[in-house]
Amino acid sequence: MKFYFEKRKALSVKAVVLVPVVSFVVSLLLTAVILFIFGANPLATYAAMFGGAFGSGRAFTETLVKAIPLMLTGLGVALAFKMRFWNIGAEGQLAMGGISAAAVALFASPWIPKVILLPAVLAGACLAGALWAGIPALLKTSLKVDETLTTLMMNYVAILISETLYYGPWRDPNGFGFPGTAPFPEAAWLPRFAGRAHIGLVFGVILAVALWIVLDRTRWGFELKIIGNSQASARYLGISVERNIVMAILLSGAASGLAGGCEVTAISHRLQQGMSLGYGYTAIIVAWMAQLNPIAVVFVSLLMAGLLVGGDQVQMMMGLPAAMGLVIQGMILFPMLAGSFFTEYHIKVVRSPKAAVAAGGAA
Amino acid sequence: MNEQHESGSFLVEMRGISKSFPGVQASDGIDLRLRYGEVLALLGENGAGKSTLMNILSGLYRPDSGEILVGGRHVTISGPRDAAALGIGMVHQNFMLVDTMTVTENVVLGIRDLAFIPDMAEIKRGILELSERYNLKVEPDAFIWQLSVGEQQRVEILKLLYRNAEILILDEPTAVLTPQEAQELNHVVKRMKGEGKSAVFITHKMEEVMSFSDRVMVLRKGKVVAGKDTKDTNPRDLAKLMVGREVLFQLDRKPFAPGSTVLELRDVCARDERGLPALSGVSFMIRAGEILGIAGVAGNGQRELSEVITGLRKASSGSISINCVDFTGKSPLEIIRSGVSHIPQDRIAVGAVGDMSVANNIAMKGYRSKPLSFAGMLRPRKILELARKMIDSFRISTPSPETRVKFLSGGNIQKTILAREIESCEALLIAVYPSRGLDIGATEAVRKELIAQRESGRAVLLISEDIDELVTTCDTIAVFFEGRVMGIMPAAGAEIEEIGLLMAGVKPGTEASA
Amino acid sequence: MIGLISSILTITLRAGTSLVYATIGEIFTERGGILNLGLEGIMLMGAVTSFAVSYYTHSLPLALLAAVLVGAALSAIHAFLTITMRANQVVSGLSITLFGSGFASFLGQRLGPATNNHRLVGLVGAKFESFRIPVLSDIPIVQSIVSQDILTWGIYLLIPLAWFYLYRTRAGLSLRAVGENPQTADAMGVDVFRLKYAYTISGGMLVALGGAHLSLSYTPGWSENITGGRGWIVIALVIFSMWNPARAIWGALLFGGINAVQFRLQASGTNIPAGFLNMLPYIMTIVVLVLITWWEALSKKVGAPAALGQAYMREDK
Repeated sequence: MKFYFEKRKALSVKAVVLVPVVSFVVSLLLTAVILFIFGANPLATYAAMFGGAFGSGRAFTETLVKAIPLMLTGLGVALAFKMRFWNIGAEGQLAMGGISAAAVALFASPWIPKVILLPAVLAGACLAGALWAGIPALLKTSLKVDETLTTLMMNYVAILISETLYYGPWRDPNGFGFPGTAPFPEAAWLPRFAGRAHIGLVFGVILAVALWIVLDRTRWGFELKIIGNSQASARYLGISVERNIVMAILLSGAASGLAGGCEVTAISHRLQQGMSLGYGYTAIIVAWMAQLNPIAVVFVSLLMAGLLVGGDQVQMMMGLPAAMGLVIQGMILFPMLAGSFFTEYHIKVVRSPKAAVAAGGAA
Repeated sequence: MNEQHESGSFLVEMRGISKSFPGVQASDGIDLRLRYGEVLALLGENGAGKSTLMNILSGLYRPDSGEILVGGRHVTISGPRDAAALGIGMVHQNFMLVDTMTVTENVVLGIRDLAFIPDMAEIKRGILELSERYNLKVEPDAFIWQLSVGEQQRVEILKLLYRNAEILILDEPTAVLTPQEAQELNHVVKRMKGEGKSAVFITHKMEEVMSFSDRVMVLRKGKVVAGKDTKDTNPRDLAKLMVGREVLFQLDRKPFAPGSTVLELRDVCARDERGLPALSGVSFMIRAGEILGIAGVAGNGQRELSEVITGLRKASSGSISINCVDFTGKSPLEIIRSGVSHIPQDRIAVGAVGDMSVANNIAMKGYRSKPLSFAGMLRPRKILELARKMIDSFRISTPSPETRVKFLSGGNIQKTILAREIESCEALLIAVYPSRGLDIGATEAVRKELIAQRESGRAVLLISEDIDELVTTCDTIAVFFEGRVMGIMPAAGAEIEEIGLLMAGVKPGTEASA
Repeated sequence: MIGLISSILTITLRAGTSLVYATIGEIFTERGGILNLGLEGIMLMGAVTSFAVSYYTHSLPLALLAAVLVGAALSAIHAFLTITMRANQVVSGLSITLFGSGFASFLGQRLGPATNNHRLVGLVGAKFESFRIPVLSDIPIVQSIVSQDILTWGIYLLIPLAWFYLYRTRAGLSLRAVGENPQTADAMGVDVFRLKYAYTISGGMLVALGGAHLSLSYTPGWSENITGGRGWIVIALVIFSMWNPARAIWGALLFGGINAVQFRLQASGTNIPAGFLNMLPYIMTIVVLVLITWWEALSKKVGAPAALGQAYMREDK
């Protein structure tokens, strides 16, 4: 008896739906093994994580707080990945968004009417994120420079720029030496609606729906889909590949920039250390687990935010490292990637060729 | 070992071989016998299962059932390495050569008992010796990408000889050769036979069966329909066996009545990816209601020609006009808007988007305007409606319009492209190897569609390597060699001999001096 | 002056060592047609495990062995996902990095002794010492080359050996063929699947060794994000070296040199903000990448294995 893989005759819809769910369960099981090895009770740990993330109103608002940047960056990454543009620079685009928001809020506010200060701050954030993504996009489309590397390198640069600023020229002179800028004027604060949860959530949901409509229902989205699947086909069909990629990536960067803008205007009200907790990287997991579907991104980012908040909780209650959440997240993509295979292939069993005369009629 | 049977007299015996791919029964209980020192022709239409059967013998595919005997002994061939150990070697239709490596490196690649640190000088000597003995000229230090297709084929054959293969499988070896080069290949095969080697020769051309082989086996839809000594048969009978009915040598068509000029090329030059000249001063025109065929061995500038006309490649000089308007250097979109349709050479990577549905693929030209879209928004219901109509009228066999194209067979992918391109065609249809790899039914459907376009007053440019296809389908034939037009002639009454000489770059006048 | 050059060269070679191991590891992986973007995660895991082992056992060979095993395990996951399950190589590599950095950080907060709150940060373990060779270690410049530890000496051997293996042996021939044209390699009897696995896993081992060098020699000890993006810089170095092990040294010298200059400038107390100095390696990576891509386009040279990043399955039609 031998096994081998054979292409399915059609895409398996069941597999498309099941794979992410099963993957999540498998990653919980795998992490349980690790927890067990380190002498922790997996069930108790998971219960604590769940409670910490969704168990109370306060917990849930904290989960929302982390879900918002994940949602925005996740949408940006999903859009880029749909174009097969491997933008892993959401972290840097978020940071630039934060920096730019701070610049507008701190230094341009005297010249901007109060009513439009917040929109201006957020627009600045979007613009900076878009620019930061636009550079790799232009390098890619004009010179074919590998975008995974350029987007990633620019993460380090962006974070170092923000550090240089809040440790140096932008440091709050009245801040008792803490690394961080002065607080923004209140007109530049993004309103909160429950606990620290803020209306960035509305931005995320609106963006998700808009993106879904664009990709699924518009001519531009149709072109983007063709480009993402096959650039050669797109060119042959008369679609401008380079221009559309750059536009999509600018949008992708703007989403991440907005995430950074929301973080500084809603949470810290200043630019300081710890603006991002690796949201831009977790966004990759969010996007892939959502199978690049914008609507699914909304829910997956809630789940991933739950893992982060739950991880902190576990650290406080059980003394387990907060990196717990990262381990579970990192583990999710493995079964996911392995599982996607079964949407297109299935296992075929063959008896040894000599004996298997009957197998001939299998087709 | 103790099974001696009657099989002792056969070098290779395949019994009851079956193999299926999704949706296709490629081999269906095939028996094949190859005698010592004979050349066996395997004749069949595209898709008859010839290559599949030989890929099983050479270890690339696993049969679903059946058994194989070599030299009278049961063998299990689970990979190319097993096949090589049994002395079986295959020249594949798409050459198995690594472009960035030298001839020598390609020849020794994968040889098991090669020294860990091979002595390249010694190997080169061996290659030169073989190349002299069989009159297969090659330069051992040349890189594969520097060689012509004919030279590459020589490397393929040398590879097998260097490995002392006793059983050579040649898969459509003449498809990439001029008729004259094919003659040379015939000499090489005869010489190998003289040394006691055996060969299986895959082809779909009757004349080659007659000139190359001792025995012929005809396959149809994965089954053996006949096995005969070549001397006891004739091309007409073979053709009938192969197709399963009398072959239509003529397609119904109205008399040739060309209208105004639709496409005109003047002294067009273009370069390939490496910056080498691909087209050198190409001039021709096509009129409404005319099918112009481009004959030539693949790789002589045909792909570049289609790309230059459709705006996918820039012409370095010369001019292109469509309906008397200059379109040189215009974008693909502008050219599409002028009514040009294009069935590209690479239908899977270019012509269709595998991960999108049949309906979406059909809509990929019309989505820009009403009724498929309005004010930037798509209208899915209209798209589905159009797709259903096209699936019906082009007989595309698909589970549903929502099925992703990559799950369809090659023929149905081609029909999907054809449906889209013909639906949107207003002035000129460019078809590049449109029937390559299709079965007889699909091929006929494609040719009929091309003729239907001609009848409705459009101009058609047909690029093909099949001279029969060109002669039966076209009104005019232009022969290409190294990016130049060697000659243009009416298809009616064209001499295949003459086309063959032009394809090899020999102008009739200069022939005497050669 | 010579003293300054000599000390910069010493640090350059030391800083470049981990880059060379990882670059050559990734060259072998990519020559087999597999792109592994998991380097950052593998290096971090190599660094954390080798440091933990060196801390508890004080055995450097065991520490290296641990790193190599971890590198093999992580790259085996990548191999399985991309070769057998045909997953997207970019995404699979990213998940290796995400998992590896998360898990390394977890281990760094868990593997330490109870006295240090289970953390590894701030502990001291066994580390590699530089050799002192009589006479040679007293000549400037020469001393920078010879007064190094065994891991740096290892690269003097590894670079020529790797080159010879790739271009002059039967195995190297097969490997190059697999990355260029797996169909052909397969038809010629090369075991494509086995080779892809073998070189993805052995490449990952070398990468992990590069990680171990960081925590056992270059900056002994464990700190979060000890690699500082080196795993990604290596991906750029592979492109820079045009997939040729012999050229791996130049990239490593360049980036090692940047580290050394940074180090010297900071030590000498300049008024350039530290942030800008720290940005240098990342900006240089982008610049180098742009230049090499541009040069490749101009000279129409393609260094990348033609089938890099593509899944291969024999019976795909």
